[in-house]
Formats: sequence, structure tokens, C-alpha cells
Amino acid sequence: MAAVQTRSERALNRVAIVAVLVITLIFLAPIYWITSTAFKPRNLATTIPPTVLFEPEISPFVKLFTKRSQLREAPSPEEYAAAPWWERMVFDGGEKIVRSGRGEIQPSGYPNRFMNSLIVAITSTVLAVGMGTFTAYGFSRFSVKGEADLLFFILSTRMLPPVVVAIPMFLMYRAVGLNDTHWGLIILYTAFNLSFSVWLMKGFIDEIPKEYEEAALVDGYTRMQAFFKIVIPEAATGIAATAVFCFITAWNEYAFALIMTNRRAQTAPPFIPSQVGSGLPDWTVIAAGTFLFLLPVAIFTFLLRNHLLRGMSFGAIRK
Amino acid sequence: MTQIELRGIQKYFGAVQVIKDLNLAILDNEFIVLLGQSGCGKTTTLRAVAGLETIDEGDILIDGQPVQHIKASDRDIAMVFQSFSLYPHMTVYENIAFPLRATRMSRNDVDTSVREIADVLRITGLLGRKPSALSGGDMQRVAIGRALVRRPKAMLMDEPIGALDAKLREEMRAEIKRLHIKQGSTTIYVTHDQVEAMSLADRIVIMHEGILQQIGSPQEVYARPANMFVAQFVGSPVMNMAQATVSETGGHASVQVSGGARGFEFPAALANCLSDAKAENGKLTLGVRPEGVLISREAREGFMPVVAHIIEPLGSHDIVDLKVGDQMIRARTKSGFVPGPGEAVWARIDPAQAHFFNTATGSSLGIRL
Repeated sequence: MAAVQTRSERALNRVAIVAVLVITLIFLAPIYWITSTAFKPRNLATTIPPTVLFEPEISPFVKLFTKRSQLREAPSPEEYAAAPWWERMVFDGGEKIVRSGRGEIQPSGYPNRFMNSLIVAITSTVLAVGMGTFTAYGFSRFSVKGEADLLFFILSTRMLPPVVVAIPMFLMYRAVGLNDTHWGLIILYTAFNLSFSVWLMKGFIDEIPKEYEEAALVDGYTRMQAFFKIVIPEAATGIAATAVFCFITAWNEYAFALIMTNRRAQTAPPFIPSQVGSGLPDWTVIAAGTFLFLLPVAIFTFLLRNHLLRGMSFGAIRK
Repeated sequence: MTQIELRGIQKYFGAVQVIKDLNLAILDNEFIVLLGQSGCGKTTTLRAVAGLETIDEGDILIDGQPVQHIKASDRDIAMVFQSFSLYPHMTVYENIAFPLRATRMSRNDVDTSVREIADVLRITGLLGRKPSALSGGDMQRVAIGRALVRRPKAMLMDEPIGALDAKLREEMRAEIKRLHIKQGSTTIYVTHDQVEAMSLADRIVIMHEGILQQIGSPQEVYARPANMFVAQFVGSPVMNMAQATVSETGGHASVQVSGGARGFEFPAALANCLSDAKAENGKLTLGVRPEGVLISREAREGFMPVVAHIIEPLGSHDIVDLKVGDQMIRARTKSGFVPGPGEAVWARIDPAQAHFFNTATGSSLGIRL
């Protein structure tokens, strides 16, 4: 970068900054919308024009985490007094209900679905990245017979939109009893991500000079030790970048989760819209569910941001 | 005590034979340099000794034990790579300690060894740094340290200073020599730079297209090259080569280079030597290094008049191109000896420094006058 900028360069810089700001705002707008709706009282969620200033409250989250059904009449003052503070808050917000039926307060299905999402996404990411790294290493370092064909074959699994095979997959899964199981989804997502992970990791491992491992081999290490002590640390950036992509894919997947699961292993994406279902949709609850759903990816990406940035420019910079 | 022996090594890459029947015995403590152009098989040979490359035929013996089927990690050999191959995610200390951690050495012993070798290499102050923060010379010291720390049976070096700039290369050359004298381990060193080879080697092994051309001390390969390839590869500037015919006039032999008006005067004994060597006249190549071309500013007995063409002043000496027939013969003179191009001077060839080769086979006729 030149230390002295000309007038036109400075003008161009300003234009670029403005453009970046505008694009950032466009990208952030839906996130702001979701986040603000998640903290709005129900009556402010659908106003026209939208309410920007409001007193945030957590009643959408209370409603998200508890199961309730609509009652014909308002609860009695005794019932109101006996309810916990968060339920009273929901009631003050204009809801007729305090708790599920006339019985105890029931937790909703959301935490379970959220856990399912975590289990499925994390396990399938670990599997896809792990197997992908090993496979990529093999392709990168050894002369494999028909290497180009095999790599093309691996890539070809991405050439169809996955949903095309949804019905055969569903029938197969039902036949072997994998539908509505964690492993069913884990296997599915691992298979989706594997080709991507092999190709991406091959690129990263190709960039690591062979001499590093050769030096380790001569220094008295086995190939396996050299792989874990040299290749893995050197490929950390690539592994992180691949993991983020795989995690996001598995985390966001909707179609197969909807088809293959219904209760036990259902993940959050098909569950959240199902809450729109009966009666008048409560957008605040959906927004609360979506908001929480965004957090893991945001945190994961934030933690790996340095690796990710380097991963994006990998190979472009000669070290 | 480590001796390395290569017996009848053959190596193919697909259909290409990169090493052709290589035989070589390396003595304990010897500094051997494999010298040749890129693609001559020298690096492949080194990697085969290290165990990073398999061989198709032959035996590699370390202390009499065949090792060609033993994994690299079990051969107890250290290697320095051209790219240094320092692990970027480890500090200098960890890099040097890395080979020791492969053994079951205690933490204290590792620490002692690392500090000892760092002291020898004068890099103690750098132990906490990452390789990316080092200069080229320091990287190379660390790479050598990592190789030496284990006290391996043998050291292999693959153009270890090829990536450094000229001044640093000279410095590190001296350093490697100093270390070899101090630590004394059997070393095989690969380079394409003949100056490096000459200055470091106990013996030089010259290879060309997978075939061993000559083994000998630097003096031997310089003064008695086995063939035209070695003659032209070793020494700078390169040896003059010219097609020559020999005739006898007035009690001495005359060696006439192609297109030359007159022949260079040689002792009469040359004719006998040539017939002893069964050399065919007309298939003879004369070789002479620039310092073997003697120049005089005035006419002298046995000197031939020639014209100076180009003069390269190199400070300590000049290289003068002389036109002889249709050939250019380069001579080495004191600086400023020939005042300028176009100057007429007188030249002769020192018979003691003349080499004769068979033009067809390229091999030396072994004639010493």
C-alpha cells in the first residue's frame, strides 16, 4: 500500500467504504429484524409501520420454551397469583393463557430440537472433516490409481440437488429403520459434506510442502505421527474453514430434516416454522426460536474468524 | 563410525531411468559431495539413502547392513532440505527438540542437547522464535541444528544453501565446513554448484544423466577430469575445448585447432602418448583451462600470434578471449596484462595443463605431458 494517496485514490477509497457499509446494512437488516422481533411484545410485532423503539421483554422466549394451549376465558385471580412471574408477564402481554391445560407448566419441544440440531451438526461436521482430511491426505501425498476419476466421482455426488433423491432416501431409511434417528441425519449430512470437505482439504494439504513430513520421517517419526504432529497443525486453517462450512450446511439443512424426522430426532429448522401452525401466528415466538438458532453458528464463526480469513485467502499469498 | 555403501543402484521413474548402476563407497567421517546438473539423479540418490525414495535394484548398506527395506524413521540418518523444512508452527527450540522427542529421551536430556547444539551453532538467542521470524542464514543454522542434535549416523544435505544469497552462501559454506570438522559425521551433500563442491568435499562424485562420471578429491577432478563432461562442469570459467589435429614438424608436435592457421607447439612425446592411447587423429579434442593458456606481449619461441577479442576484467585477474582459427580460446591473465581488445599477443598452451579427449566417446585419453 502506497504511503501517499492521490486525491482520486482517496475518493475511490471513500466510495468503497460507503459501498461496504451499504452492503453490510443490507446483510444485517434481516438479522436486526429477527433480533428485535424476538424481544418485542406480541402486539408490536406486526404493526405497520414497524415499531423501532419499544421496551424489550423476554416473554417470546418464555412462550418458546413452554407448551401452552389457548383457553376460552381468562385465568382466575387465584390462578394468576399462583403462576410464576414469567407466566404473569406473558399474561400481562394480553395472552389469555397461563399454562398448559389446567395442569403443570410443560416445557416445549424447542430445547430438545435445539439439542438434536447440535448433536447432528457437530457429529456430522467432525465426521465429514475428519474423513475428508484423511482422504484428502491420501490423494495429495500418494499416487492413487485413477486419482482424477475418483476425485471426480466424489465431486459428482454434489451434481444433483440433494432433494431429488429425497424419496428413495426416505424409503431406504424407512426400510433400515434410520428414519427419525440422530444417526440417520448424521450419516446423511456427513455424506453431503464429505465431497466438499475432501476437495477443500485436498487444496489445503497440497499447499503444505511435502518436505515437512519428509523431515519428520527422517527425524524418526512414523507417517501417522508425522500426519498428526505436522500435517494437522499446518492444516489447522483449512480444517477450521472446512468445519465452518460443513457445520453451517448441516445446521441449516431443512428439507431432509423435515422428511426424515418428525419427533425424536427432529432438528430445529423444521420445528420453528411448525410453530406458525394453528391459530394466529405468534411471530415473536418464531423470531425468538430463530434468534437462538442463529447463535451457535455466529459464535462458532466468531471463534474461528482468524482461521477463516486466512482460509479464504489461502494459496493466494506466497509465504 | 558410519560407512555407507551403494551397490548397483537402479532407479526408474516410470520408463525413465534416473539412476543407472550406481556404485559408491563412503568412508567414515567423509564429506562426500554429489555434484551434477538438475535432473542428474543426485537428489534421488540422496533421498534413496534417506529412505524417502525406494530403489528398483541394488543395495544400500549402512555399516554393512542393507537398509533399503528399512523405513526412513529407523535408519538413524538426518537430512537438511533445500527449503530448510522448519516446522512453521513450532519455535526454534521445538524444531530442534523434535527429533529427540521421537526417542524416549527425558525432558532434561532433551533440553541439554538442544542448548548444546544451539550453542555450537550460535543460535541460543533465537530459541524462542518462530521460523518465520528468522533470516535465511539462521533458518539454515536451525535446520542443521535439528539434523545434528540427534547425533545421527550420517548427515544428508540437499542443496542446503542453494536458497541463500551469494554472500550468505559463502559464509554458510565456511560454517558447514567448520561444523563438519568439529562434529565429524559422515556426510553426503548434494549440489549443482561446483564451487560449493570443491570447497567442501573430501571427495566429489560427479553425476550426469543418472550415471556416475567420476569420483575423486577436488584436486583430482579438477586436474584429471575423466571425461569432457567433468572437464567442462568443474572449474570456472569452463575449460576450453577444441577439435584438434596433431602433426609433427621440426622435432616437436604441433596441435592445430580446427580452422587455425598454425598449430600450438607441444613436446614430441605427444605423438607416442597418442599412439599408446590408441587415439585416432581427427577424432581428438583438446582441452585446456584458461590458466593453461600462456600469453606473452612480445613474440617468443613456441608462441603463436593471436588477436585478443574480448577482455573481462574480474579484478584479481582478467579473462581474455583469443581468436584461434574459428574458435575462441579463453585465457586467464594478470589484470590489465592485455591493454585492450584488438591487441595482437602471442599465446601457447602449457603442455602440462593440456587434456586430450576422444571426441566420439568424450572420455579422457589420460595423456600427461
